Amino acid sequence: MASAPRMSKYSIFSLVRNALAYHEGWEQVWRSPEPKPEYDVIIVGGGGHGLATAFYLAKEHGITNVAVIEKGWLGGGNTGRNTTIIRSNYLWDESAGIYEKSLQLYEGLSQELNFNIMLSQRGVLNLAHNLHDMRELERRVNANRLNGIDSEILSTAEIQDFIPIINTSPKSRYPILGGSLQRRGGTARHDAIAWGFARGADQRGVDIIQQCEVTGIRQSRGKVTGVETTKGLIKAKTVGVVVAGHSSVLAGMAGFRLTVNSYPLQALVSEPIKPVLDTVVMSNAVHVYVSQSDKGELVIGAGIDGCHGYTQRGSLHVIEGQLGALCELFPIFSRLRMMRQWGGIVDTCPDASPIIGKTPVGGLYFNCGWGTGGFKATPGSGWAFAHTLANGEPHPLNAPFTLDRFTTGKLIDEHGAAAVAH
Amino acid sequence: MLLIPCPFCGEREESEFHQGGEAHIERPKNPDKLSDAEWADYLFLRDNKKGLYLERWVHRHGCRRWFNVARDTATNEIKTVYKMGAKPPRGLTKGRAK
Ligand SMILES: Cc1cc2nc3c(=O)[nH]c(=O)nc-3n(C[C@H](O)[C@H](O)[C@H](O)COP(=O)(O)OP(=O)(O)OC[C@H]3O[C@@H](n4cnc5c(N)ncnc54)[C@H](O)[C@@H]3O)c2cc1C
Ligand SMILES: [Zn+2]
Repeated sequence: MASAPRMSKYSIFSLVRNALAYHEGWEQVWRSPEPKPEYDVIIVGGGGHGLATAFYLAKEHGITNVAVIEKGWLGGGNTGRNTTIIRSNYLWDESAGIYEKSLQLYEGLSQELNFNIMLSQRGVLNLAHNLHDMRELERRVNANRLNGIDSEILSTAEIQDFIPIINTSPKSRYPILGGSLQRRGGTARHDAIAWGFARGADQRGVDIIQQCEVTGIRQSRGKVTGVETTKGLIKAKTVGVVVAGHSSVLAGMAGFRLTVNSYPLQALVSEPIKPVLDTVVMSNAVHVYVSQSDKGELVIGAGIDGCHGYTQRGSLHVIEGQLGALCELFPIFSRLRMMRQWGGIVDTCPDASPIIGKTPVGGLYFNCGWGTGGFKATPGSGWAFAHTLANGEPHPLNAPFTLDRFTTGKLIDEHGAAAVAH
Repeated sequence: MLLIPCPFCGEREESEFHQGGEAHIERPKNPDKLSDAEWADYLFLRDNKKGLYLERWVHRHGCRRWFNVARDTATNEIKTVYKMGAKPPRGLTKGRAK
């Protein structure tokens, strides 16, 4: 085995020790090895989902001869570009299963990874602006409760009480009729998710290979044999592809098509201000979701662009419309300056649910279609995908999320619960 | 914001238009004979190409007519527009990886 993975634990003592040494002694968090010619499992894509998959493969299944291949840097895709909202209040049983598993893993993740992921269960509030929204929310809250997921309805007055700065005037352009609250929902630090899983995987022997793009998928007699990369051919009989917005591109390399469409999705942050918002507010109808970061910036998400694309930036008019709605909901924000804006390429599926499992090519598995809302699913998705790669069969939690459901018709329609309509 | 050259009205801002997905997907001629797999192919499976992409647009807040656009999804460059029913201009798709 190459350089034996070290294992130094982060603790208050290591912090003090390193502080006294002027913070010059911190060791690298993961190695940067050259790829070996062959692995038991290759994971394409070093976002949160890919890294979580590698971590759970090593930890839960003892499979450590694994490479994660990333064309850029770890977490430089949607993992590092999202608004970090975490919740599990989805409508259908299938979704409740995997998103709630994920939330439960999040709740123990800082301990499990020995890495502070800054999980903040500050609650996620969904607003209803008309009778139909309200009925949908009530239906979803009931469904959540039947699945044992915490979820409650708030009246307009309760919302005003919960969020003093929100505009609940009935004369508002987007009047607030009520909302649903998941108190266990909240946010976590996106980079820490990528880095924590990377560190945990590396410590268990997984090779994390950055700046290495997969350019082809080798097959023989209907089975995968390896991947072609900018660092040469790397062999493996099991390959898991977790590349979000680029899923169709990789499926194309393997010779099949997906039901995924890629769109730019944008987010932006304001200048930092004093604490004004201690929860997450989402409005599906007007495509606003907002929270305040620990640094004081408002973190604001927009809707997807009007047309397909891979230009990681998005259109200005989408943000314009969404900021108009934000100021209507929170008049106090109207004088704020926005500091940065960016986009990520999201992989949307026709039923707003992911695909996690087999493909027409033997040994080749895809985990994609998380679209605008997969950050919250990162640990659960990795956990279930690791099981799938290790056993060649899905876990009951991801078994419903097949590519085949678009043939059988067993769709899992989560358009109501997905934050951004698509 | 894209500037889209409507073949009937000329260049207008994207917000006047609506994209209708991939172009040249023909509705099956004999729907009762189609297998589930063929339905999935028609309804759901898409190329979702990075690079040259042929798509349909409607000038919703203008002449309200549909037409085809050839756009590079990696750069947003619009190569050309052409009318419904017409084939993509020749030479456009040549030499491109699928
Ligand atoms: C603006 C925005 C806001 C969002 N807000 C939320 C939110 O609040 N809550 C939520 O739950 N979700 C949210 N999402 C969605 C969420 O970010 C994603 O679903 C999730 O992060 C996907 O993780 P991933 O690991 O699958 O993908 P990514 O993090 O995108 O990782 C995929 C990786 O694959 C790599 N890759 C691609 N092609 C290749 C190749 N050929 N070879 C090697 N590597 C390759 C990429 O470089 C990338 O690093 C948001 C997304 C965006 C863009
Ligand atoms: Zn027109």
